[in-house]
Formats: sequence, structure tokens, C-alpha cells
Amino acid sequence: MAEPENLLEVQDVSLSFGGNLALNDVSFHVRRGEILAIIGPNGAGKTSMLNCISGFYRPDQGRILLQGRDGPKDLTRIPTHRIAGLGIARTFQNIALYTGLSTLDNLMAARHIHMRQSSLASALYWGRAQREEVHHRRVVEEIIDFLEIQHIRKAVVGALPYGLRKRVELGRALALEPELLLLDEPMAGMNVEEKEDMARFILDVHELRGTTIILIEHDMGLVMDISDRVVVLDFGVKIAEGTPDEIRDHPEVIRAYLGQTA
Amino acid sequence: MAIIRPAGDFDRTYPQDMALLRQPWHYGLLALALVAAYTMPLWGNAYLVSTAHRIAYTVIAVQGLNLLTGYTGQISLGQAAFMMVGGYISALLVKHAGLSFFLALPLAAVGTGIVGLLFGLPSLRVKGFYLAMATLAAQFIIPWLSRHIFTDYLGGSSGAIEVPVPQIGGFRITEVNHFLYISLTVLLITTVAVYNISRTRLGRALVSIRDNDLAAELLGVNLFTYKLRAFFIAAMLAGVAGALKAHSQRGVGTEFGYSLTDSIFFLGMLVIGGLGTNLGPFLGVAFVLLLEDLADLVGAGLAAQLPPEFAASLLTSFRPIFFGLMLMLFLIYEPRGLAHRWQILKAAWRLRPFSK
Repeated sequence: MAEPENLLEVQDVSLSFGGNLALNDVSFHVRRGEILAIIGPNGAGKTSMLNCISGFYRPDQGRILLQGRDGPKDLTRIPTHRIAGLGIARTFQNIALYTGLSTLDNLMAARHIHMRQSSLASALYWGRAQREEVHHRRVVEEIIDFLEIQHIRKAVVGALPYGLRKRVELGRALALEPELLLLDEPMAGMNVEEKEDMARFILDVHELRGTTIILIEHDMGLVMDISDRVVVLDFGVKIAEGTPDEIRDHPEVIRAYLGQTA
Repeated sequence: MAIIRPAGDFDRTYPQDMALLRQPWHYGLLALALVAAYTMPLWGNAYLVSTAHRIAYTVIAVQGLNLLTGYTGQISLGQAAFMMVGGYISALLVKHAGLSFFLALPLAAVGTGIVGLLFGLPSLRVKGFYLAMATLAAQFIIPWLSRHIFTDYLGGSSGAIEVPVPQIGGFRITEVNHFLYISLTVLLITTVAVYNISRTRLGRALVSIRDNDLAAELLGVNLFTYKLRAFFIAAMLAGVAGALKAHSQRGVGTEFGYSLTDSIFFLGMLVIGGLGTNLGPFLGVAFVLLLEDLADLVGAGLAAQLPPEFAASLLTSFRPIFFGLMLMLFLIYEPRGLAHRWQILKAAWRLRPFSK
């Protein structure tokens, strides 16, 4: 059976906070294997959209259909802690790592859904549980190698500098082995060199693992460079969708960013 | 802080890197410590043995609290009440059901765990200070119930029932020397379990709830069931500690303590030892219990110098004042507890002569 072309379909999603419409009838789709960027001015509803997809917010109306490895699923009707198991991982705008754990344990914690040991087995740590821990350690070490963070493997992440923490958070999302990766401003607050590193990691993930990526980013040059398609939000409304070239010259987008010419 | 390992300590495999005992001398040290602990009745005096027993079962209770408060970040003010539940369950099972103490002990653990679950239910909805208030309810409801329901079995208004001594075959365990063997063995088991939990799937899930519960949920941790697991295990360990205490004191009930003060002392011991570390409960409990005895000595000495009308009030209040002062000093100067001090000391030793 051929897989459906679209991995994710967002259908007429609306979300309001106390009468304040954060998302207004937004629809778009994400093709399997593409990098989709969501852009828009501050307060446009980009992060709200991501929060709806990752199950953190429940939209007031609309559906979010995932055509993932477990068949079609409406994400708006699934408990938050099940979303990760469907193959969706994300990073956060303000890093949300487990600050008291080491880099290694942060990544191991993300293997939670892939592990089978019961809590009793955890306490006994014998036989299968021990082999399972070692197996997942091996998986996590590959990600550590990939992201070049070997030197901070056992460092507590609360003490790491910002750029590295962003990288560890990407690693934690990768440790879930997602089909769909949501990145909320992965390059915010970085210098040019760090941004280039991060862009390289994102492109590598995309190429090597074939992961579909939704990306929120403010650096337009970067967005135009690495994304296949772009969705533009403004005040909770989708104002444009298309290839980077189409978006660049789109009159609505220019108006949203630069204002109306008199 | 990066972990500094001794020179020449290299790992070739992941199991080696993940092992708790990493070097031959670690095994040697552990064996030595175990021999020293188990032979204590041979070389120690009565005070030492009874204090070691007291420390052993208190560490078990604080280990439970550490899993719940230190690792999972759920503050609980009911640990002493759960201890009493464990004591009662074990006592009643031995007394009325005729079970052996060694069978009653695990049953008391499970029974107390279930009671703990019940009081852990609010944790899904409330956090932090408000959760502390909710667990405080356990500390009031349980002692009240013990005085007012099933008065024939629970002792009623006398606040105490007699607890039979454990027996192996025909041998009655009455001496504190023999209780020490039991409490040390149980402590050994709980310590291994707690260490294992902290380095495997369960422990990481618990810490992720403490550090960032929203991220934990998005990464697939079911907050509800994992918080309840933490409450269950914490109450289980309290139940074990309570059973050990009840049988060695030959009595259980509100007359034997188990008050809010005890629960707060447990929290204090944990903070002094180091929240969220496996060494913390050992250091904190030993430190506080030994300091209490010292406080009693100092208090008695001071009281002797004072006129009798002050002496009596000083004797009763010196201990809590001492403890409060200690806790305050720790919160200001070493909020991460003695375990953190120990880490610093170890790192300094490994960096010598370049450490300052």
C-alpha cells in the first residue's frame, strides 16, 4: 500500500485564549519528507500552532490528522503523553531540558517510549532490563556522536552554555526517533557560526533519517535556504503558503512584515 | 560540574561505564563496610547498636521521601503517618493473623503503598505548596483515624497497641542486636533498589517530571501514573521503616511519635543530606540523629547551670531549636546538602595537587 503523500494535515484549526483568537481557521499540510517553515511576525500564532500539533494545546475546533506509522490519527483527540509514541518530537523556544540530569540521561530519558522494562524491573536491574539499558545507551551514543557533543556527555545540562543546550535539546528530540520533528526557533539567540552548525545538523537529520521537519524561525535568509515550503501566519490567519521564492515576492507577506505602503 | 574520574580509570564497554562499583577497591570498601556494620554488636556498645538500628530504619523512610520529593519533586509532609500505617499493618498481621514478621513486612509495605497512592491522587491536579497542603491531610487524618476507628484493634484513645516481637522458628527476637541484623539487611535491599531506580527508565521518568513536567509529558511520560508510582514506592518504604520501628519498640500508635514534627524532620534530614542524591538520606539521617543526641547532651549540660524553672523548658525545646538552626544554616550555606560537599571533596582529591 502506498503511503499517503501528506504526513500531516491541519484542517480548519482555531484556538482562542479568553476571546483572543490565536489561530483562526488555519489549514495546511505537510508532505512526507519535506522541511516546512512556519514564519510570521511576533504573536502570529506560530508557537500556538506547534503546541496544537504536539498535543500541548487543544484547538477549539478543527482536526490535525497524522498519517504516521500507526495509520491515520487525529492528534486533537489523543492524550498528550501518547503523541510522542506516534512519532512526533519537538524542541522548545525556551529550552525545556531536564536541567538536573546529564546530557546522556536527558537523551536516555527520551528513550522512555522505546523501552519496555517495568518499574519493578528498573528496581531489580537484572537480565533483560540491564541489556535493554545497554542497547539504548548504544542508540543514544550514536546521536551524541552525530551532534558532536561527546565532551559534555556526563555534564549536567543546567550548567551548559546556551548554544550547547540547544544542541542537546535537538539530540533529545532525535532520541525519540520521530517521523515528524517540530523545531521551535532552533537558532534563536545564536551567532552566525552556531546557526550554520545547527542548520547543518537539521539538514543532515533530514537527509540521513528522512525525517519530516516543521520549523519556526525568524532568520529569513536561513528559512529561505533550507526549507522546501513556507507557511506564513499573521494574527492567527494563514496569509500565504508556497515555495520560498513564491513567499519572497508575495504582497501579503511583504505587507505583514513591512506594513502597508501609503 | 563535570565528573572527574581518577587517573587510569578507563571504560571499554557501556556496562563498565554504567556499573556502580567500578574498581576492585570499590568492592573491597563495600565488603569492609558491610562487615563493620554487621559485626557492630560484637565491637560496639549498646548505644552504638541501638543508634545504628535507629539510623537504618530512618534511612529507609527518608529514601522513600527522597524518591518522592528529591527525584520526582513532589513535596510530601505525610511520611511519618505512612510509617505508622506500616507499623500497624505489620503488627496486626502478626498479632491477629498469626503471620510471621518476615511475611508481614512485605505485606505492610504493599498495604502502606496503597494508602500512599490514595493520598498521592491530588498530585495530578496540584503542585508545590498546594500539594504539600494536600499531603499534610494524611498527617492529620491517619493519626486521628488510628484513635477513633476500630478502637479494639488500633488502641483507641490510648494511642498505642502492643506489638509482638518477631520470631524465627522458636527463636524470639528481642534484643536490639538482632534487630540490627534485620534492619541492616532490609536497608541493603532498599538501597540497591533505590540506586537501580535512579539510573534506569523509572528514575529518569521521575526526574523528568521534577525538572520539566510539560516536556516530560510531550516526551511520552504519563504524568499521572508515574507520580502515583513515586507515591506508592515512597509510602512502601515508609511502611517498611514503620514495621521495623514498631516491632523493635514493641508498640505502635500516636504515643510513639509519628507526628507532623517527625515528617518535617524527615524533610529536614533529606535537605541536609542532599535532595535527589542516593547518598543524601544516609548522610542526612546519620548527621541529624547523631546531632540530636549531642543536642540532648549539651542541653542537659546547659540546664544544669540554669535555675530549675528554666531548665525544664530548655530541656524540652533545645532539640527542635538545634535542628531548626542547623537546617537554616544548611539552607543558606549548603542548600545542596552534605552529598554535594562529598562530591566536591572527591573532586578535590582527584585533582590534587591542582585543587585549591
